[in-house]
Amino acid sequence: MKITRFLKTILMTDFISGLFIAIKELFKSKKTINYPFEKGKISPRYRGEHALRRYPNGEERCIACKLCEAVCPAQAITIESSQRDDGSRKTTRYDIDMMKCIYCGLCEESCPVDAIVQGPNFEFSTETREELYYTKEKLLDNGDRWENVLAANIKSDNPYR
Amino acid sequence: MEYLNIIFQESYKILFLLVPVLVSVAMIVWLDRRVWAFVQKRQGPNVVGPFGLLQSLADALKYIFKEIIIPASSNKVIFILAPIITMTLALIAWAVIPFGAEQVLADINVGILYIFAVSSLGVYGIIMGGWASNSKYPFLGAIRSAAQMVSYEVSIGIIIINVLLCVGSLNLNDIVIAQEEIWFVIPLFPMFIIFFISSLAETNRPPFDLPEAEAELVAGYQTEYSGMMYAMFWLGEYANILLMCALGSILFLGGWLSPIDLYPFNLIPGFLWLIFKILFLFILFALVKAIVPRYRYDQLMKLGWKIFLPLSLTYVVLTASYLFYFNLLPTN
Repeated sequence: MKITRFLKTILMTDFISGLFIAIKELFKSKKTINYPFEKGKISPRYRGEHALRRYPNGEERCIACKLCEAVCPAQAITIESSQRDDGSRKTTRYDIDMMKCIYCGLCEESCPVDAIVQGPNFEFSTETREELYYTKEKLLDNGDRWENVLAANIKSDNPYR
Repeated sequence: MEYLNIIFQESYKILFLLVPVLVSVAMIVWLDRRVWAFVQKRQGPNVVGPFGLLQSLADALKYIFKEIIIPASSNKVIFILAPIITMTLALIAWAVIPFGAEQVLADINVGILYIFAVSSLGVYGIIMGGWASNSKYPFLGAIRSAAQMVSYEVSIGIIIINVLLCVGSLNLNDIVIAQEEIWFVIPLFPMFIIFFISSLAETNRPPFDLPEAEAELVAGYQTEYSGMMYAMFWLGEYANILLMCALGSILFLGGWLSPIDLYPFNLIPGFLWLIFKILFLFILFALVKAIVPRYRYDQLMKLGWKIFLPLSLTYVVLTASYLFYFNLLPTN
């Protein structure tokens, strides 16, 4: 035992095998990606930035049922509503405080009309706090911008709901 | 007028040597980081310039524009002098490195002694920086570094004696020419290994980077330095690493000689061969950095004094007796 150990030390077998492992790893593909230029794959269930969706005819989906406001554990959502001239109930105010939000996805789950959803966007950091108080306009704008992706994600996740 | 002319000529020669050395130092930092990253399956610096080659220049630019902070309690003159000394000493040693039979700035008879003296002086820059900072971590780092460099210099000196026994001259060009028949790495292979490990310790590279062990000493003697002064330490360190690689390839790998004196190989100019060999050694340096953990301080000292010193001394006796017995001692 002692002799093998001595020989191992003198011949630096561990070191040399380590060196060969390092050289082998040198030529393998990299595990990291070039972040701003390449992005990792995101699940259709990813809970990123919120968005309010519209029907294809341009009408807002939200019916101001306030289920999301009620279910929100962080109480980040504030909704005010009124009846429009055509008799439908719509929101006059739909605010999400993105700093209170814990991105649990309960609002998306509770929504009966798939109006409030969390999209795949996770790059919405801002320089001031004020920019993170999302208003109805901002959320609808997000919905318009991401509609293709959002619809595809909801469709692909549909069998599992 | 005459001597002014000589001064200008010499200055041009020095510039022709130093500018490539500094540029290659910048490139070698990039290579080091890149190899390290690749072994760990990361990308490494790859944004600035092609493949990130200009990363070091971007870093240097950043350092130039940063504020130089001099601690109030420091000894200001020595504090400023320390990085200057480190960098100057790392660069002046390049004067005697031969890049070809004639391509050497100062073809002096005691070339190897000169390099040895200059690299021993390098410890002054570090210990001055550590002491002048007047702060505990730099001081501890500087003491560690000084002790480490002094102990490994001893074994490097004795390893060099092995080579000198086979050559019979202290001139670096003579050492290269003596390897025309066989590179010293073959008969002196154990010495080459010990030289490689000692030069890792000499340049404070992992696994012997105790002076900069960030877990215990923040950044060692560089802790209080910032801006360009930090960059000068950093330049000096890498210039030293490059110098040790050059010394290793001159002493053991046949310097600017081509590996075999055959048709396609001997067309390549000598300095390219030297650069290949330096790069080979440096990539080994970088790989070692990627795979080894740090030594404990007592293990480091034990390795230097109790293992490397007796081993290299024994090998001196062996080499000397072999050369004496077979009447192979160089005669000049």
